[in-house]
Amino acid sequence: MTSSNDHGEGLSRRKVLECMTWAGTGVLWTVAGGVPKSLGLVGEANAQTAGFTFLQISDSHVGFDKPANPNALGTLEEAVNKIKAEKTKPAFLIHTGDIAHLSKPSEFDDAERVISQAKLDVHYVPGEHDVIDEDTGKLYMERFGKGTKGQGWYSFDANGVHFVGLVNVMDLKGGGMGNLGNEQLAWLENDLKGRSASTPIVLFAHIPLWVVYKEWGWGTEDGERALGMIKRFGSVTVLNGHIHQIIQKVEGNVAFHTARSTAFLQPAPGTAPSPGPLKVEDAKLRTVLGTASISVVPGNQRLAIVDTPLVG
Amino acid sequence: MKLTLPRAALAAAVLPLLLWAAPAAAEPAAANTMDVKIDNFTFAPQRITVKAGTTVTWTNEDDIPHTVVANQKAFKSKVLDTDDKYTFTFTTAGTYDYFCSLHPHMTGTVVVEPATGGGAAP
Repeated sequence: MTSSNDHGEGLSRRKVLECMTWAGTGVLWTVAGGVPKSLGLVGEANAQTAGFTFLQISDSHVGFDKPANPNALGTLEEAVNKIKAEKTKPAFLIHTGDIAHLSKPSEFDDAERVISQAKLDVHYVPGEHDVIDEDTGKLYMERFGKGTKGQGWYSFDANGVHFVGLVNVMDLKGGGMGNLGNEQLAWLENDLKGRSASTPIVLFAHIPLWVVYKEWGWGTEDGERALGMIKRFGSVTVLNGHIHQIIQKVEGNVAFHTARSTAFLQPAPGTAPSPGPLKVEDAKLRTVLGTASISVVPGNQRLAIVDTPLVG
Repeated sequence: MKLTLPRAALAAAVLPLLLWAAPAAAEPAAANTMDVKIDNFTFAPQRITVKAGTTVTWTNEDDIPHTVVANQKAFKSKVLDTDDKYTFTFTTAGTYDYFCSLHPHMTGTVVVEPATGGGAAP
């Protein structure tokens, strides 16, 4: 890969338009990871990398039993059944945290038992509801922390995409939001060092890495430091949970996505006195719960994210 | 209540003693306890002032779990589900800022005054 686009500026609009005018001569250009490449003549476009799909599931809150959803384990099972019924088998699952509700061993047991019915590898990161055992996260680390660093962060590669699981629910300070901490940020910087800017990056963490709504703590105090490190990459996808609703935005090469919960809905920012569980009529519950599929599409810089409710 | 004469005489003798012993402020006998309600992601009252020796009880009336954690680590509750309580007795004077470790934007303060001093109303 050339280094001409490694200054973190990405592809300018003019450059894309210039490239597009060549399409008239029969040369098809595409952009993969911020670097334009020709795919040969129109009609001969062969994918350089195979596409693949993975799923994001979040905020299962197993153990929750209040009016907003008396059976969080049941709706998690419905979500898993829906995943099993999909025609295209996803490569793996990412769970962006709040697996359990009160960090009880029985809750973790039930969640794992149900999620394993999908028969897929699952990559977890903890939510704040997963680290409220008396030892502040020891239970989570025992079950889901194998091979991770520090308080549970890690990275892995799949089909040419680099995935990074971050933990932003530990060592929180009064009055603050999510927290990554210096040790994790130093690890992240080292983890990304030397990677080509055309490597698609997927960051996943429980609390949104950008500030969605400060008044409700929906953000990460030092999230900007992590986002600064991935700015140079041509394709970045940030997957979060915590807020139990879909909020998306695109900034340059970075696409942000928060997922629905499989347990209960929370109000949109500022529309209620507090971000507590929001009861909807029983007939509507499954329309506000769901999962998301994320696909790497050959020749596309941006990953395709499709949110699917449990019903509807 | 009708007192017979001997009892009335006894009450008349004892009552001044009781009045002398009682604090000048007409506080109920539970002056060394204080309640904080947790609801809607807030601690209410958010700021309380108590005398050293007071036991504070937090009750979670919210439909989501919360915790009570002192900023400077003086106290830390287990996770409190709906209707769970946490108590802590403040023996040392000082200002104790605390927050909910699940939802750190929820904060509160307990100001603890020394136990000595007159019984003047706060």
